[in-house]
Amino acid sequence: MTTLAELKNLTKCFGNRIVLDNITLQIEEGEILALLGPNGAGKTTLLKILAFLERPESGEVEFQGETVTEKNAERMRLQSAIVFQRTLFFSTSVYNNIAYGLRIRKLPQSTVKEETKKALRLVKLEGSEKRSVKKLSGGEQQRVALARALVLKTKLLLLDEPTANLDPKNVQIIEEVIATINHELKTTIVMATHNMFQAKTLPQRIALMNDGKITETGAPAEIFGKLSKNLASFAAVDNTFTGTAKTTSAGTTLVDIGNGVQIEATDQRQGVTSIFVNPQDIIVSKSAVVSSARNVFKGRIIEVLDLGSLVKLRVDVGKPFTVQITKRSFSEMQLNLDSWVFLAFKASAVQVI
Amino acid sequence: MNPIIDGIQKALQLILSGDPAIYGVVYRSLFFSGVATIIAALWGTPIAMLLGLREFRGKSIIKTFFNTLIGMPTVALGLVLYLIFSRAGPLGPLELLYTPGAIILGEAVLVTPLIISIETTAIEAVDPEIMDLARTLGASESQTSLAVLKEAMNGIILGNIAGFNRAIAELGVALLVGGNIAGLTDVLTTGISMWTQRGGPDGLAMAMTLAFILLLIVFGINLTIVIVRKVRILLTFGKSPQ
Repeated sequence: MTTLAELKNLTKCFGNRIVLDNITLQIEEGEILALLGPNGAGKTTLLKILAFLERPESGEVEFQGETVTEKNAERMRLQSAIVFQRTLFFSTSVYNNIAYGLRIRKLPQSTVKEETKKALRLVKLEGSEKRSVKKLSGGEQQRVALARALVLKTKLLLLDEPTANLDPKNVQIIEEVIATINHELKTTIVMATHNMFQAKTLPQRIALMNDGKITETGAPAEIFGKLSKNLASFAAVDNTFTGTAKTTSAGTTLVDIGNGVQIEATDQRQGVTSIFVNPQDIIVSKSAVVSSARNVFKGRIIEVLDLGSLVKLRVDVGKPFTVQITKRSFSEMQLNLDSWVFLAFKASAVQVI
Repeated sequence: MNPIIDGIQKALQLILSGDPAIYGVVYRSLFFSGVATIIAALWGTPIAMLLGLREFRGKSIIKTFFNTLIGMPTVALGLVLYLIFSRAGPLGPLELLYTPGAIILGEAVLVTPLIISIETTAIEAVDPEIMDLARTLGASESQTSLAVLKEAMNGIILGNIAGFNRAIAELGVALLVGGNIAGLTDVLTTGISMWTQRGGPDGLAMAMTLAFILLLIVFGINLTIVIVRKVRILLTFGKSPQ
């Protein structure tokens, strides 16, 4: 496998903050590489550097054997495309948004039309050419953003949390598109994700990131195998815990993750096990709700993170859980730092790694 | 008969008669102010882009400078320009005084701060990440700036319309550097001023005629903007999938 891009001893700072700390990473041609890590790990900045949008304070970026400099960055950018986490569009139709990059490259009208149609078909949005992008749903917008990038057929495609906050249908479409363009067009893809499940199935390689550093790289099986025994790396990803599993008489599994917290899962497992619960699968309530959820815990909010229309909370139920609610819910429930809340999630929502 | 009512009646007759003298005045107003606005936009837009997109030392001072100049009294600017264009002034040799050129140039200077101010605000309102978006899609720096300009287009158009309104409605510059020469530099505002001073039923009739037309133009433009906006809103609701 040839190396498509390489980061050598790269450090990036914003003001006094070190965002990327002496990163060395090789991106192999044709692979899908996932950057897995919590918020603030530096995933987005790393992607922006690979998109040649940011320049590092020290270290080198090499692309296809050539060092990227201030002078050639503009030319290099024609070879990579990034899809941002926050969807951003020009105030015009779906067609014009997707055609933008093609027109910049001065391709003939007929080619622009043909390629745009193909891209729309790939993301399952045929017929949407004339629609105003701002009127689309979140999932449709993300698909248009993806189409806009992949239509350029760049060697490198960078995706920042491509399926974050999307419903399962849109997640599936996007994951299929990613797999397709990697398989058929041999596009090299680097994607940042929070989603352990996605990180297991989609990429060929994973790079774990935390605090601006890459802590480990390897194939998913390798990484997840090691993680089960490595508590330290685990703390790096939200809602992953190691514990001891025991099968219950009801046929489910009870995992003791310490501090009196026992989590019930539907997957059968015995012994040392690692589990993960998607923050989006957890319901937050002010009082205990009687429901089918097998896992109900009471805890205190120890951290609040404003993400625009969403609020991320860290709740200490004995072990810290990350949960995600809309800003509206946050204010309607009058939640705050130190508020007591109940977390509830089903046994089937617990993913055993 | 009441001179005012008499005047109104005569005014209506004059408007409907299609009197070439009157419509000559209207044409000159529209032409001078139109070209002045275009010139102001041509040299003002690059400045607005600089102020809207770049950070540099002294930026807020320059912005404040232009914002303050918006309120420039037209007659004071007219006097300054008169001194500049007059034979003894620095641009005297160009012999611009009392020519259409002087009015066009003078009104361009008048409306430039307004256009720059509004355009800068419109450009600043564009999400700065649009520039990164354009870059990642392969745009050069100039193409990136163009993308921002397109996003700010609504505000830019509004700024230019505001500039045109100010130009066509002003009196001080047109009077002092234009001289209100019949058939050459007389415009709606200078005409209204002159005919009102002449007085009498005919004078008032002419003044009212020109004032009526001027109001029609200015309100007409503004009404059109309101209607176009409302139609666009209706159209977008009509197109929604629900």
